[in-house]
Amino acid sequence: MMGSDNEGFEEAHLYASKEEMENLVIDNPLNDSNSYSNYRSALSSAISDTSHPLAPSILVTPADSDPILSPPPYRDHLYHNSPTESSYFEPPPFGDNVGDVNGVENHSLNLDNFGRFSRSASWSTSSSTDSEYVKITVSNPLKEQEASNSIVPGGGTYVTYLITTRTNVPEFGGVEFSVRRRFRDVVTLSDRLAESYRGLFIPPRPDKSVVESQVMHKQEFVELRRVALEKYLRRLAAHPVIKRSDELKVFLQVQGKLPLATTTDVASRMLDGAVKLPKQLLGESSVVVAPHEVVQPAKGGRDLLRLFKELKQSVANDWGGSRPLVVEEDKEFIERKEKINDLEQQLSNVSKQAESLVKAQQDMGDTMAELGLAFIKLTKFENEEAVFNSQKARAHDMKGFATAAVKASRFYRELNAQTVEHLDTIHEYLGLMLVVHSAFSDRSSALLTVQTLLSELSSLESRAEKLEATSSKVFGPGKSRNRKIEDLKETIRATEDAKNIAIREYQRIKENNRSELERLDKEREADLLNMLKGFVHNQVGYMEKIANVWTKVVEETSYYAKENS
Amino acid sequence: MIATQRSVSGSSQSPRSPSSQPYLSVSVTDPVKLGNGVQAYISYRVITKTNLPEYQGPEKIVIRRYSDFVWLRDRLFEKYKGIFIPPLPEKSAVEKFRFSAEFIEMRRQALDIFVNRIASHHELQQSEDLRTFLQADEETMERLRSQETGIFKKKPADLMQIFKDVQSKVSDVVLGKEKPVEESNPEYEKLKHYIFELENHLAEAQKHAYRLVKRHRELGQSLSDFGKAVKLLGACEGNSLGKAFSELGTKSETLSVKLQKEAHQLLMNFEEPLKDYVRAVQSIKATIAERANAFRRQCELAETTKLKEINLNKLTLMRSDKVGEAEIEYQELKAESEEATRMFEMIVRLMNEEIVRFQEQKTLDMGIAFHEFAKGQARLANGIANAWRSLIPKLEACSSSS
Repeated sequence: MMGSDNEGFEEAHLYASKEEMENLVIDNPLNDSNSYSNYRSALSSAISDTSHPLAPSILVTPADSDPILSPPPYRDHLYHNSPTESSYFEPPPFGDNVGDVNGVENHSLNLDNFGRFSRSASWSTSSSTDSEYVKITVSNPLKEQEASNSIVPGGGTYVTYLITTRTNVPEFGGVEFSVRRRFRDVVTLSDRLAESYRGLFIPPRPDKSVVESQVMHKQEFVELRRVALEKYLRRLAAHPVIKRSDELKVFLQVQGKLPLATTTDVASRMLDGAVKLPKQLLGESSVVVAPHEVVQPAKGGRDLLRLFKELKQSVANDWGGSRPLVVEEDKEFIERKEKINDLEQQLSNVSKQAESLVKAQQDMGDTMAELGLAFIKLTKFENEEAVFNSQKARAHDMKGFATAAVKASRFYRELNAQTVEHLDTIHEYLGLMLVVHSAFSDRSSALLTVQTLLSELSSLESRAEKLEATSSKVFGPGKSRNRKIEDLKETIRATEDAKNIAIREYQRIKENNRSELERLDKEREADLLNMLKGFVHNQVGYMEKIANVWTKVVEETSYYAKENS
Repeated sequence: MIATQRSVSGSSQSPRSPSSQPYLSVSVTDPVKLGNGVQAYISYRVITKTNLPEYQGPEKIVIRRYSDFVWLRDRLFEKYKGIFIPPLPEKSAVEKFRFSAEFIEMRRQALDIFVNRIASHHELQQSEDLRTFLQADEETMERLRSQETGIFKKKPADLMQIFKDVQSKVSDVVLGKEKPVEESNPEYEKLKHYIFELENHLAEAQKHAYRLVKRHRELGQSLSDFGKAVKLLGACEGNSLGKAFSELGTKSETLSVKLQKEAHQLLMNFEEPLKDYVRAVQSIKATIAERANAFRRQCELAETTKLKEINLNKLTLMRSDKVGEAEIEYQELKAESEEATRMFEMIVRLMNEEIVRFQEQKTLDMGIAFHEFAKGQARLANGIANAWRSLIPKLEACSSSS
């Protein structure tokens, strides 16, 4: 983008020529002496104007940073001198209202000197009105060597990040502590949370970004990841349930190796399941799903038999003649689910249009700057080549115009940077929709497990009935038959247990869904309202600034309007 | 409506009083599409109001088309060498754009300015061709127009002159003579350099001005789309937040209209004047070329006359009987040479006057253009600020109710 680099240079020339104009000796008799004296007065009043046309305190946005892609570094540039934290501008993502019941009232809106809207959300400043807080910072990435990988010389490095927590929550048993973690640990944390808190809207962890890590410069990638990790952990700490979880506590506090079970990869799990299956079919291994497994979905587990049973059940649900014994009958839930889907569509639409809007605003600022620059060049040219005083007058007018255009363009770009931040709330909520869907699928897979177990129970019981019935008719070796009945009754009991656990789990997930939906509605309303306020205040502030810039030019050129009428 | 350089009184600065002061007022109005298909064109009504005796009465209305204006410009260029003839808007290149409302209005405005500039120029306004243009019936106009089509149509004599120029240049090079065919006037050199450079700078400024018009339209469009999307989101949300979204969406659509309006204003009151400036500079370049021609002609005739004089003296000494003939030829050539010198000097004098007027006029024109631009931008920004500001109490009400 031309111009932003040599603007200082251009200014120097303009001021030099201003001196020249001041010392101008006017001796050229023109036809219209009337217009001439007006020009003189206009010129002298312009020179005595002491306001700095290009206020240095307005920071120039780096010409090559794309505000849509990289708001975080933007924020740091713009507000390095602000007293509050670097996430000054971060719109509260879902779940960040720490300890706030009436989240909205704590978001005060200030218009600073430049009409920039600022939000002092209570969760990002250590305000004394908060009862408790958990503040997490991710910093200091270091390259470390894989200890066990001595076969490959110099290979196997990974990056660790320093994770510092400051808190006044007593359960943590400390005020400030730090650990080093690598990205793999974060994946583990995220997986364990997903297992323990099915049905909750758990903030999504950063992507593995395998491609990016290969393609990007190491430093850039590490910085991106650091920012993403910080954001993720802060969101976890802001979730009312997750922040009290053992998994998170352990992740933030325990030094050394992370004491959470690592997730085995899918292939290994499938293999385990494949080993187990023949045993199950032969009756050597239990055919009833284990209690600790029934609370997890069948997919991705090691119990292939269970997987097949549930698959069969889901087909029967969809295509079978009879209705399953338990169905989703919570009307409120069904309505809400539809509303969520609708919401997702509208958010996506607004998100798309918001991106267009931001681009259009950016283009406006850029073209305004280019126009200003073209006139600065013209001013220089006319001044250098001036033979007549009318040229000098014109150069003066052009300078005023060009300066205003450059100023206005800066305001447009600043406005835009902040618009991006505000409208980012839409994107955040769109991301949240995926989480919501995942929580809903927790519910439906839990329901499927219940349905499967109920079907199984009923078929087992009818088998048991049949077996009991035949025994009273047939004399024969009763022992093996009795054994069969006993085994069957045992299986029935185990299945009954599993069923009860599954139903409990299903209820738990349903309740999680419900409470989270309520929380989502409340927080979404607050966040979106804040977004609107921020957007509107922003526009007002900057448009007023831009109007002032041009009003000045109107006044300075009002002479021409009078001359012409 | 653009503020034009329409000066009603031709030469004097005193306030106009219609009855006593001479005046000549012209307006180009009422564009109408005539004809079909490829032959279609726009005709304009040209209304002349005057009390000048050379004209056929106080008011006259004629119908003219673009090529009639071109004829007038070409005639003036031929007759009034040294004067910067006011520029014409370009012939449109793109077919489908040729009849868009915006293009037609822009062209009408430019043609109106063109004629008025001629009418207010103290020399040009006396032109007989102007009177013809303003008064002749359509048949006469058509006849005149078809005689001379195209800019700078060369008569056979002119072609011969050009041919001779090329010839002499070539022979000079062959003979190793560096004939100075250009003036060696440092001030004039500076002016030429200035004009050529100015065109580049102005063209760039005009390019960005046009882009800015487009940006306004794009921003307007995106505000409209954004508004619609936000309204749909509002409908989905319901309750007070939904209402807030609806209001925002509606405001956004309102602002979209403001932006489209401002884009049009920008086009007419800023971008057009800039384009006009560029055209004016191009017209000056044409005059510069004419001056160069006049200078060359003067030089060559002076040279040839001198040779003839030398020859005449030789013949006189030899008491040849060809002396009489040579004498006549010499006198004729001498008259032509003096005429050429007079012509050249007149061009120089006129150009000096014209350049002063040009610079002043352009300062005025640009001052007005800047003024209009700033007015429009201030109006737009204030409009946007007010629109959004009116939403604030509604948004505050939403949060206190939740």
